[in-house]
Amino acid sequence: MLSEDDVREILRLIDESPLDELRIETEGFSLHVLRAGASAAEALQRSPVVPAVASASRTAPAGAAPPAAPAPPMREGAVIEAPMLGTFYRAEAPGAKPFVEVGQRVEPDTIVCLIEVMKMMNSVPARAAGTIVEVCAENAALVEYGQPLFVVEAPTG
Amino acid sequence: MSLARVFIANRGEIAVRIVAACRAAGLECVVGASQADLDGLAARQADRVVCIGPPPASESYLRVETIVSAALGSGCDAIHPGYGFLAESPRLAAAAREHGLVFVGPTVEAIELAGDKLAARAAAAAAGLPVVEGRELADAADARRFASDHGYPLMLKAAGGGGGRGIKLVREADELEPAYAVAAAEALAAFGDARLYAERFVAAARHVEVQIAADEHGAVVHLGERDCSVQRRYQKLIEEAPAPALSQATRERLRAAAVSLARAIGYSNVGTVEFIVDATTGGFFFLEVNCRIQVEHPVTEAVTGRDLVREQLEIAAGRPLSFAQQDIAFDGHAIEARLTAEDPANSFMPSPGRLTRFAVPALAGLRVDTHCHDGAVIPPYYDSLMAKLIAHGEDREAATALLLQALEGLEVEGVETNRSLLAGVLEHRDFRSAVVTTRWLEQEAIAA
Repeated sequence: MLSEDDVREILRLIDESPLDELRIETEGFSLHVLRAGASAAEALQRSPVVPAVASASRTAPAGAAPPAAPAPPMREGAVIEAPMLGTFYRAEAPGAKPFVEVGQRVEPDTIVCLIEVMKMMNSVPARAAGTIVEVCAENAALVEYGQPLFVVEAPTG
Repeated sequence: MSLARVFIANRGEIAVRIVAACRAAGLECVVGASQADLDGLAARQADRVVCIGPPPASESYLRVETIVSAALGSGCDAIHPGYGFLAESPRLAAAAREHGLVFVGPTVEAIELAGDKLAARAAAAAAGLPVVEGRELADAADARRFASDHGYPLMLKAAGGGGGRGIKLVREADELEPAYAVAAAEALAAFGDARLYAERFVAAARHVEVQIAADEHGAVVHLGERDCSVQRRYQKLIEEAPAPALSQATRERLRAAAVSLARAIGYSNVGTVEFIVDATTGGFFFLEVNCRIQVEHPVTEAVTGRDLVREQLEIAAGRPLSFAQQDIAFDGHAIEARLTAEDPANSFMPSPGRLTRFAVPALAGLRVDTHCHDGAVIPPYYDSLMAKLIAHGEDREAATALLLQALEGLEVEGVETNRSLLAGVLEHRDFRSAVVTTRWLEQEAIAA
């Protein structure tokens, strides 16, 4: 993925060129630069690798999974799924107290576990309010993207 | 070292192909699939499937850390990267090695060398291979100096590019500056490397590549060459082995050149050395080294009877090559057509969707590598390759006829395909008489 410096370098290259408009699309990235007189408008965005026509296509892929989007807040009896593949850790360190136990009340921002991806520890928030009723994954095991980690029951009444 | 379980870091037809090679080698396999591919054919056939992330490749197939974690976490001892995605990523090869996993491919150093097109050019020249006149450019003014020395047209290429990406043809002086700016910006965006180099443009060029195989004990052999001149926007459409319309002397020189380059750079595993052959003079020039199994490897397998993907696994396990140069014999002619979900009638727009029907005819001499079947979904996130149809016949004419028969008998419903374009090429007199060069398809208006 591009760094900020890369983007600056691209803009510099365009700035020194006679071009008025540039569109770059690569995997997971698109850049559109427009020169308007002295001021250049720029639009920088991440985009999934989806052809522009896909949404208009008459043969929409009915069975394809929807593109990734930030998960919406969860409902009652919600499942906290692994937001990434990695090693599931219930506690900060071996032997330490688990972040959460069954019966514990959590808020959406309560950290429930860590997922390690090659030494990078990622904190996973509950993103739901309620009570942990089940721990679905085994400590220190590989969890896949989307795998259920906990079940949270919404508070009643 | 011996391998037991292989992690397949790819999708589509090549993942299915690698599953088959693992079976042939008696290895277990785990497929790393994005959410969009969890129900794919490779995932169904593997011993296990691991969901590596959401559909966009940048969040799944292109994540080095995720791939290595998934391979380790699923108890694999090797990673097969297939082609595309991270197949030629020195980062993946290095991360795998660092974590005690075998990377099915050449060394990190060889991948880095081949990935730097300028370094690869220099290595080829040092090994005595002819390279087309060209050099690195400092800036647009330097490009003008190159043009005044060598004239137009010329090619601008990204040092970090390859596989047909990051190439601009500049026909005349007026085009040079804008082309330079766009090429540099694209190169930086796509490859993280803005360096460009210029090459003299060979107007009538055939793309000929030599398949090599090298073990980790110093043995290097070639398995003949392939012609991949039928291209659209530098992407191959039809490939064949052996290359037609080559003199025996040129054929031998190409093969020897590929082997000597592989030796010079300490290459191991299977790979391809690509050349352009000047159709007017018969001279040839080094183009690039591809450090992976190629899409078009089945035509070589057809004429040599060797399983190149299984050989990759054996080499990665540290075994010597299962054949010596004198064991490689060539039988007949094989032609491959790449069937894609693209609509030739609508500017080759990708045509993803659900296949309500997909069936290939059972014909003697026809091999079909595919992940497609009735009900399969072609997701919109990845490239549009649906299937490779490989026809093997006693000669070029027989292989062409068989491939046409296969295309006619193919049943596809639910998505648009390039079938009519493929058939149009195979029926064309220029293809029949083997005078096709790399720009032929774009210049020749073939009714879709």
